[in-house]
Amino acid sequence: MYNPESESMPREQLRQLQLERLQKTVRRVYDNVPFYKEKFRDKGIEPGDIKTLEDLTLLPFTVKQDLRDNYPFGLFAEPMSEVVRIHASSGTTGKPTVVGYTQNDIDTWSELIARCVAMVGGTKGDVVQVAYGYGLFTGGLGLHYGAERLGASVIPISGGNTKRQLMLMEDFGTTILCCTPSYALFLGEEAGEFGVDLVNGKLRAGIFGAEPWSEKMRDELEKNLGIKAYNIYGLSEIMGPGVSMECECQCGMHVMEDYFIPEVIDPQTGEPLPYGSKGEIVFTTITKEAFPLLRYRTRDISVLTEEKCECGRTFVRMDRVMGRTDDMLIIRGVNVFPSQIESVLLNFGETEPHYLLVVDRQGTLDTLEVLVEVSEKMFSDEVRKMEELERRLGHEIASLLGISAKIKLVEPKTIPRSEGKAKRVIDKREL
Amino acid sequence: MKVQQISVFLENKSGRLAELTNVLGKAAINIRALSIADTSDFGILRLIVNKPEEAFRILKDDGFSVSITDVIAVEVQDEPGGLAKVLEILHSAGINIEYLYAFLEKSSNGALVVFRVEQVDEAVELLAKRSVNVLKGSDVYKL
Repeated sequence: MYNPESESMPREQLRQLQLERLQKTVRRVYDNVPFYKEKFRDKGIEPGDIKTLEDLTLLPFTVKQDLRDNYPFGLFAEPMSEVVRIHASSGTTGKPTVVGYTQNDIDTWSELIARCVAMVGGTKGDVVQVAYGYGLFTGGLGLHYGAERLGASVIPISGGNTKRQLMLMEDFGTTILCCTPSYALFLGEEAGEFGVDLVNGKLRAGIFGAEPWSEKMRDELEKNLGIKAYNIYGLSEIMGPGVSMECECQCGMHVMEDYFIPEVIDPQTGEPLPYGSKGEIVFTTITKEAFPLLRYRTRDISVLTEEKCECGRTFVRMDRVMGRTDDMLIIRGVNVFPSQIESVLLNFGETEPHYLLVVDRQGTLDTLEVLVEVSEKMFSDEVRKMEELERRLGHEIASLLGISAKIKLVEPKTIPRSEGKAKRVIDKREL
Repeated sequence: MKVQQISVFLENKSGRLAELTNVLGKAAINIRALSIADTSDFGILRLIVNKPEEAFRILKDDGFSVSITDVIAVEVQDEPGGLAKVLEILHSAGINIEYLYAFLEKSSNGALVVFRVEQVDEAVELLAKRSVNVLKGSDVYKL
């Protein structure tokens, strides 16, 4: 354990710590973030009303739309002079969701990731290959600083360039691989081709996340790469990766409860549900300075359990994400909303675009095909112009989503409509 | 001197052309000339028919992406070098041809070729001046 004092803190003591931190956070957002002050007024509450942890439920929810409405820095609780890092994820309608960190926030995040790497048995003797994307996406830099904090040797290779990934993995003696599970499977497949023996190599653990996966994929990964495969969870709004992480028992992800308070709610009514119930996961950050969020609705469906884990950690555990309460898709680790495609088509002058996202997995890699009905407005009787249209659509969609998509122009009224409303997504992937 | 051409977007999947021609056949619309330009995913069918406006409406009502484009129908002498002569006239005037295709039927004296150019009026005027026979739309639909 990287930090046994915190990670195995008796629950009573943990709850006391959570309450103190929550009260402080509530006071800070009330004082510093006009959005929250207004929300408190609407609900008729004041920071002083939070007297016990149970009073958490008095607090207002925060949703993604609130982040959009306050783009870019409206929800920051610190002046920009205190913000040392900004990350962003692609938004649903063109504008990204922006998050900020103070130096303390970055330090916290590093501590969390250091715990995560230690959970898979990582020490300062390990070589950690970070194949998550570096940049605005939180995956790369998040893992990077945490693995460094632990004292491991970090290879900041970022995503892609499979051949080089495998070469460095072998030459540098990588012991822990961090990437999306589908990319790890792909690396496993390609290894044979490049003559790299992963199973008998030094690689022994993988920290996989940023997209949904399954126990079946875990079995495959562990067999094909000769490793133990661990699930990591996070979202940039709350921190990035490291909000929860599997320990050596591989029986659910421990939520870093000294920094985040998790809840499960009924997504329809917003009512809190007891441990063991399946529902939408909600997080409240209780130490974050630059970008604190109260009761942030993740839209991820999962289950929390309080049962004590054999590893000795006292933090509650969260199951694999079982689904979403909205239509968000995760393709190659990138969050995609069908409405993003719509916004591109609207920019092309379409008033009522009809389109369909077809997501599939070829081998181990996700593919995205976007079917677009050719309206009279788009139609030209010159092939050259139609091909140009395809190219431009592909380019616009790729630059908004951050992943490439194959555009297929189809005839009008060929995309199935159900009850007058077009079906937007066909996901053929089997995880 | 312009001819109205019907253009239709077609996906490359079996039966689509049959369906489309069936729709036109039922409405007693006769096809005078046609061409298909295709890519690996889709094709663009171009038609000269006896009743272009009616065909446009019928296909549109049937859910096809369809448009009307002005083209010119030129009589080309049915002998070696016949087409080359017409092309040379257009080329020397800097008129670009987007595409062209031949008619199914012949006029009395020569072969008929459909041209799609950007500067339709200019091309018509130029060809007429050089004594090339450009057919009227109404004559073409009647053929």
